[in-house]
Parts: sequence; C-alpha cells; structure tokens
Amino acid sequence: MDFRDTPDEAAFRQGLREWLAANVPEGWGAPGHPEPQGDERVAFYRDWSKRLYEAGFVGLTWPTAYGGYEQPISHQVIALEEFARSEAPEHANVIGLGMAGPTILAHGTEAQRERYLRRILTAEDIWCQGFSEPGAGSDLASLTTRAVRDGDDYVVNGQKVWSSFAHVADYCILVTRTDPSAPKHQGLTYFVLDMHLPGVEVRPLRQLTGDSEFNEIFLTDVRIPAADVIGLEGQGWTVAITTLMNERASLGVALTVRLEVALRHLVELAKATKRDGGAAADDPLVRDRIAGLWTKLQALRFTNYRAYSRFLATGVPGPEGSIAKLVWSETNQALTKMAVEIEGPFAALSGGEHSVLDGRWQHLQLRSRGNTIEGGTSEILRNIIAERVLSLPKGR
Amino acid sequence: MDFTLSEDQQALQTSVREVVAEKFPPERVAEIADRGGFDAAAWKEVADLGWTGVAVPEASGGLGMGFVAEAVVAEELGRGLYPGPYLPSVTALSALGEAAELTERILTGRSAGTFALGRTDGEPDLVAERHPDGWRISGEAMFVPDLDSAEVVVVAAEAPDEPGLYAVERDAGSWESLPTVDTTRRMGRLALDGAVASQLATGEEAVEALTRRALAGLAAEAVGVAQRALEMGVQHAGEREQFGRPIGVYQAVSHRLADVFVAVEGARSLSLWAAWTVDNDSPDADAAVAAAKAEASEAAVVACEVAIQVHGGIGFTWEHPLHRFYKRALGTSALLGWPQEHRARIAAALLGS
Repeated sequence: MDFRDTPDEAAFRQGLREWLAANVPEGWGAPGHPEPQGDERVAFYRDWSKRLYEAGFVGLTWPTAYGGYEQPISHQVIALEEFARSEAPEHANVIGLGMAGPTILAHGTEAQRERYLRRILTAEDIWCQGFSEPGAGSDLASLTTRAVRDGDDYVVNGQKVWSSFAHVADYCILVTRTDPSAPKHQGLTYFVLDMHLPGVEVRPLRQLTGDSEFNEIFLTDVRIPAADVIGLEGQGWTVAITTLMNERASLGVALTVRLEVALRHLVELAKATKRDGGAAADDPLVRDRIAGLWTKLQALRFTNYRAYSRFLATGVPGPEGSIAKLVWSETNQALTKMAVEIEGPFAALSGGEHSVLDGRWQHLQLRSRGNTIEGGTSEILRNIIAERVLSLPKGR
Repeated sequence: MDFTLSEDQQALQTSVREVVAEKFPPERVAEIADRGGFDAAAWKEVADLGWTGVAVPEASGGLGMGFVAEAVVAEELGRGLYPGPYLPSVTALSALGEAAELTERILTGRSAGTFALGRTDGEPDLVAERHPDGWRISGEAMFVPDLDSAEVVVVAAEAPDEPGLYAVERDAGSWESLPTVDTTRRMGRLALDGAVASQLATGEEAVEALTRRALAGLAAEAVGVAQRALEMGVQHAGEREQFGRPIGVYQAVSHRLADVFVAVEGARSLSLWAAWTVDNDSPDADAAVAAAKAEASEAAVVACEVAIQVHGGIGFTWEHPLHRFYKRALGTSALLGWPQEHRARIAAALLGS
C-alpha cells in the first residue's frame, strides 16, 4: 500500500496540470463567464475534445490499435482527477468514452471497433444512450422498443427517454426487444443506431431546473443494418450490463473530485457569508456539517481508489462501483442544500445582481435532485449492494 | 498509487482471522468479559503468536512490518472482539523505543501495556518533576484502557519546560478498575504521587504522535467491530423467515444493511489511509486519524444498532453476542474523543479556528 504517486505518475500529473493551466479558456466556469451557445457550443466542445485527445489525455487505457494510448489505469484515474479539479470543460463524448467505447471493446466485432472507437476519442462522432423508456426505468429489462428482422436490416419502432446528448449525437447505443416471447432478460438485442437515419426524431425534455440536458428519442420504422448489432441477437442484456458497470466505474473518481471542488467552494461561501457580526464559518453546527462532508468525501475518495485497485487486479468493474454513485449523489445533495442554507434569505434568489454568485448554488441544489435518480436510482443501487455484494436473498 | 494490502499483510490478516475464530469464539469472549477480568493465558497466547511485535522494529525484537500491518491485526481483533489489552499494549510499545526491558516484557507477554494521554478538557492531569535520581510523576489519570491488565503505562505529563511521554509502573501508584459499559475493555483510574518514571520523549509532537497512533488503532479496531456486526445482521436476514420468506428480501431490512455496508467500506478506507499516514509521518496524518476515528466509531455504532434491529427480539438479549459488540462500539466512541470532537478539529483545519 502506498498512497503517493510513483515518479511516473507524478510526472504524468504534472504534465497534465501544466497543459490544463495553459489551455483551459481564461475565466472558464466563473460566474457570469459566457459559455458558447447553440451550434457554436457544439463546435467548441468538439474542438476542445480533439485537442485533449491529441495532447494525449483521452483514451488513456484503450488499445493503440484503436487510437488509445495503452497507459496504466492509474493515469486514467489521475486524468479524471485533474480534469475535475481544474474545472476544465468536459470532453464532448461522455457517453462514448464511458459507456459505448468500453462496451464495443468488450463485445464488438473487429470491424465495429475499427469503425467507431477512434472517432469517439477525437469526438468526431458524439454518442448518446437509448436505454430507459417511459415504461422501463429501474426495471430496464421490461423495455418494449421493438426490433424486427427484415432481410439485412432490423426495423425498429419505439420510444427512448432521458437521453443526454441525443440532440447532437451521431450514434446511439440502443437496447431493443427482438423476441417478445422469450423471458424478459433474454429477448433483448443491443444496437449501434446511426442517429441520422430516417425515422429518428429527437425532442428535448425540460427538467425542473429549466435546462434541457435530456431528450426523448422517437423511433418510427427505423431500418438498422444487422451488421450494427453489438454482441448477438438475444444477448442484449449482458451487453447492457457491461455498459452500466462501466458507467458507474468511470463516474466514481471524476464525481468525487467534483465534490472536492464543490466543497472548496462551500468553504469559501461559509467564510465569506456574514452572520451575527462574524461569518457563517464560525457557527459550530456549520463547522460540524462541513467537517462531516469533508470526511464523507475522503472516505469516498479512498473507497474509489480501493475499487480501482481491485479493478486492476481482476480486470472487471465490480458492484463496488455502486457505492461511489450512491454516496456521491447523496453527499452532493447534502452539500448543495447546505450551501443554500448558508446563504440565508439570499437563497430565495435564482440569479441577478443581488444574488450570491448569480444563483449558482440554487441551480446546483435543484440539479442535485436528479443525482439519486439518473444512472440507477439509489433504491436500485441498494438492491445491487444487498443482492450482489451482501448475497441477501432476492426479493424479485 | 497502490491501495491494496501487500501479500505479507494479507497473509497476516488471514492468519489472525483464523486464530481469532479458533481461540476466541463468542462463547470464550463472553466468558472472559462476564467474569470481569483479564485472561493472562490468552494474553500470553497473543504475544506468543508474535502479534504484539508486528510493528516493532526487528532490531528491538519485533517483526518490523510497520503500522499498517498492526492496524490489520487490530481490525481482525476488533472483528473477533478480542477482550484483552492488545491495542493499548502496542500503542505503548510504539513509544517505548530505547526502553529495552519494558519492550521485552510486553513483547513476550509477561506484561501488558497501556497509555494515559490526558483529559479531553485540556487541563493537564499528570505533572512530571525532575528529581536528582530521575523523573517523578504525580496526578490522576482517568479512562486508562485495560489498566486492570496492563502494568506498564506510558503517560503524557506536563513538565516545567514542555510536555513529554514517560513510562511508569502501574503499581507504583494506586489504581482502580472503573465499572464500564464495555466489559471487553475496562477503563482504569491511576493515581500517582511521585511515582518513579523514565522519560521517553519530550515535546508536544511526541504526545500528538502517540495520540495519532492510538486513534488510528482504535479506528481499525472499530472497523472490525462494524464488519462483524454487519456480517451477523446479513446472516440473520438471510435465515430468519417471517411471512413465509427470509426477512432479507424486504427492502426495509436489506437497504439498511446496504447502508451499513457502505458505511463500513468508507470507514475501512479512512482507517487504511490513517494507518498509512501514521506509518509514513505524512502531513495529512492529523486530519486522517480524526476522520478515521470519527467515521469508524460511528460506523461501528450504527452497524451494531442496525444488526440489533434486524435480529429483532433475540438481538436484545444478553445471550446473543451482539450487545458486547455494541458496547465496545460505544466505549470506543467515548475514548479519546467523540466524532463531533474530531470533526471540530477537521473544521479548524478547513475553516480556521
């Protein structure tokens, strides 16, 4: 056991820090900093992602044959940490890097790997996810989007929901039902859907923050070539589980560091907020809760590292990844709620010149309510821990 | 970065777990605890296995495996609720350094050791005075763990210029064993009136270093307590049937156990981090041990409370071993600072005092 960077890791971290310091746009992420909008926004993120890749900080663990850098997994952990710590813009291809790519690496054909993987890294193709449906949320395997074989194609009809990036995506990882007569986990098939095909319609969903991060995807007689099946017909559930496990494993480290950044901002807020002739940071209850959040954060950080060490030893992300998402989401809710409380009456303001930080904490607090729902609800994560980690009897 | 136990550490963990399961099953723990005392034969057994010397340098007769390895042993002894003076002894050993005779007595199990690290109200309880023939200690120390079995006491005492660590013989003063909630680790009161002492180290940092070591050890032990309570809760939830099904299928039960698992894993991560920072004199050590002690003692308390609840009526009986784990968790929480006190120290580092 050694909690320090090796010389090689330290050099990699230093190089990345220097690159980010020189390349993150001035003032990025500060309140009031104008982010590019519309088509310009997409172009900005694609360009940024390409530069990240060319600088050697994306695709770190992927094989060089598909454009990756074949670095040790510790470099990937360091990269996730440093990206989050610097509050740099994200790579445009969150779904491609964290979910589609690892799934295609694990279950794709050679032709599929060659066709898709490199372009994920460079963000030449943006990916989205078509898993959830209006009638299939936590019970994903009950999904009803139908794919019917017709010659060299499958004809697909149905509706997907909660798809981030679908409005800008080129491809979608899509789970469909090909055999309605089979038991629900066995009749599924996993596809790569070209979002530019006829019959694909994307409509934005407006969430409770007022933003639209997610979309609905309507599929009407979409003809997907049979060559775009990932894995085998009927094996879609196994492939989908690979995607979900990778989602949780890759999210853990980055989310934890984002929480570290948020805690730093919370500390600044508590020190800067005047209260009773002093600061909110003098209040023993505030102090106890901030120290408690810090402690939870450290516990999460080192639990992630331990899970990564195990991943390194076994090569597969384990159900331990569920811990990170569960703890992160609930801690982030507590942290943002606390920030809003510290603001006192100013908590009521959503923005503007009289507000604190242009209403940033209000937005983050409202957004945090989605954290315990998206990517597996806290209830489903507790089921996973109970059944797969603790081996308690299954309730269903 | 490497966050796994080494092969040696894993082998030690397995061996301690097996020996504890064989030699200290719950019935023997209950027998020793309820009899109200110290089992000298059991202590000798532990010393003969070499566990007291895990972190003692090889030159001083130990195994030289470092403090992380010692924390691994402490966790396993917590898991088995070993009712003896292991943690106080090894904590004392870490301060004995050049005191070869005292070290040898504890290493061989002829004596046990413990520590008196001062009251939490900040008032000095013990004072050291220099006499022509050496140091003398006076004052009264409370909450000395396992004092009934430990004859060698490392005490923190104020001296005219700076505080320091001193070794005294328990029997050079008067002492009593206090009635404690946790009968697997009793606390003592030690009254010294000019007791002859040998000076081990001087300066605030020496006292703090020993305190960090004690806190990190207690955290590791508490993780073991929490782990065992979780295991008992899970086992019962898988076996006990009500309404025709094992109660573990009900999410009101399984989700509480899942939350305990998350708490235990978090506490274990902090405890390993704390042990590593202590072993490597890391600047993070103050914060790490505060976080580990706070989180591990809370995890142990919650794990036991949930396990008792999951067990229903049987968990509330004297007959079931759970209450002893719960009392150890509470006793550990009270020793060297409740979680709020440790969070106050963390807050001071984060927010200024």
